[in-house]
Amino acid sequence: MTIIHEMDRSNPNAIEARNMSVYYGSFRAVKNVNLAIEKNRITALIGPSGCGKSTVLRSFNRMNDLVASARVEGEILFHGENIYAPGVDPVNVRRRIGMVFQKPNPFPKSIYENVAYGPRINGWKLSKSQMDELVERSLRGAALWDEVKDKLNQNGLSLSGGQQQRLCIARALAVEPEVILMDEPCSALDPISTLKIEELMFELRQNYTIIIVTHNMQQASRASDYTAFFLMDSDRAGQLIEYGPTSQIFQNPKDERTEQYISGRFG
Amino acid sequence: MAVTDLRKPINPVRAIGERIIQIALLLAAAVSIFTTAGIVFSLIFETIAFFSEVSIIEFLTDTEWTPLFANQRFGIWPLVSATVLTSAIAMVVAVPLGLIAAIFLSEFANDRVRRTVKPLLEILAGIPTVVYGYFALTFLTPLLRNFIPTLSIFNSLSAGLIMGVMLIPIVASLSEDALSAVPNSLREAAYGLGSTRFEVAVHVILPAAISGVIASIVLAFSRAVGETMIVAIAAGQNPRLTFDPTVPVMTMTSYIVQVSLGDTPYGSLSYHTLYAVGFTLFLFTFVLNIFSYWMVRKFREVYD
Ligand SMILES: Nc1ncnc2c1ncn2[C@@H]1O[C@H](COP(=O)(O)OP(=O)(O)O)[C@@H](O)[C@H]1O
Ligand SMILES: [Mg+2]
Repeated sequence: MTIIHEMDRSNPNAIEARNMSVYYGSFRAVKNVNLAIEKNRITALIGPSGCGKSTVLRSFNRMNDLVASARVEGEILFHGENIYAPGVDPVNVRRRIGMVFQKPNPFPKSIYENVAYGPRINGWKLSKSQMDELVERSLRGAALWDEVKDKLNQNGLSLSGGQQQRLCIARALAVEPEVILMDEPCSALDPISTLKIEELMFELRQNYTIIIVTHNMQQASRASDYTAFFLMDSDRAGQLIEYGPTSQIFQNPKDERTEQYISGRFG
Repeated sequence: MAVTDLRKPINPVRAIGERIIQIALLLAAAVSIFTTAGIVFSLIFETIAFFSEVSIIEFLTDTEWTPLFANQRFGIWPLVSATVLTSAIAMVVAVPLGLIAAIFLSEFANDRVRRTVKPLLEILAGIPTVVYGYFALTFLTPLLRNFIPTLSIFNSLSAGLIMGVMLIPIVASLSEDALSAVPNSLREAAYGLGSTRFEVAVHVILPAAISGVIASIVLAFSRAVGETMIVAIAAGQNPRLTFDPTVPVMTMTSYIVQVSLGDTPYGSLSYHTLYAVGFTLFLFTFVLNIFSYWMVRKFREVYD
């Protein structure tokens, strides 16, 4: 099933799931996933709807803790440490593994305050000019600065959908995470905004590790380095079917089901 | 099908039924509007009658209120100060406790706790105010006298504190509705940035719901201003211009009770004072409502 050990990699792992299963109550949504994510690369999670992509992604920064019935088994290693080990504070995990959601969800605050929120609650002692600088750097990082630099005090919700999503990316960048999880970040956006975000991901990859869930095959094939294909088994539990460099998954899949999926025969 | 067919009702009986229902609803709405208008007009009418005998200057500048004494004085401030004092004490209790309860219920409690605590809170709102009044007079005041020996039997402190307890469910319940209405996507955004529960509640959810929270506070305040039984029973019947919470005072509502229960002749000057005081009370709540409307619009953080 896993071929990670055969992969020729230049970077260490950013995150590694070992034998991970996720339950909602008694329902096992994800079963025995082994997945090692390479640092400073873009990894795409693909598969039909309901196969557990979001569940896997949200397990990586313990967002599933917010669902009362959710439970994770196995290990998820971040810097060699299991983030589900007793005593690990999910707040600390999320400060280092950020997240961008499917629907843009800026706070109903000004553009500036949206970006400054994370550093503020993190208790970073920044002077006004340092904060200005951080806000600018984050907005530049999200390729949004030029469009908003003259209206930083406007409400974040006054922006277009694509701009709002980049604002959410800027907000995530401001806390300087190591990994950014993106759950179908372009599904609510038009094609031009989508391309902008994809270009942005390529820029960000130099400094961040990106894991993106997408239902868009073209997006996975053109915008990712690695692709992980999930499918549910007869119990509706999601499983990792195939994982490898994106070019290999799309041009030369080893599993027949992968081939069927990417050629659009089901899902 | 010709165009005229579209104009003809399919079922004439049903069309007439619709019409009757519409008229009935209109009448019901009209009744409440006319009643309100009628109340306001009679208030204004009798208030004008009052001011034909007492100058508005005296009403607004005199510091004594003794319409039932031989030496009649008509300064409204003693009643206003008592109303403001008892209401302010009530708000000092109701706002923090109500908000804490709301934040707890909306952001910290799990479903089971929420489902049990919210109805309990609403029971608190169903206790008759006369019960609260006697509780203040016969329980809280004697208790407080252990700590404040100079406390009078009737005082605005006990009345205000108990009124605050009475108002907790209003603040808690309405604020909780406002907090719960904030979309979950904002919570996820905040948690995703590494916020603690407390930070999510205070920095994201509360600001996003602030218009609803302010509305609940203003509503509680206008309830406090209009509250009658608790202050009539526990705060005293002594009009005096003071902000000392330990002495007996008389609120606008207590005065109305006193005169209504007495044998004031219809049409007399002291009878007209009822309307002048009632009108002042009405102005108070009216201004509060306008203020609330303005605040809600000014602070609304629109999400979506
Ligand atoms: N909060 C939840 N509570 C219960 N079941 C859930 C919850 N979230 C997801 N599931 C279930 O887990 C499975 C995987 O869902 P999800 O991870 O959202 O899939 P995907 O993102 O691939 O579409 C689905 O069967 C879904 O119904
Ligand atoms: Mg999903």
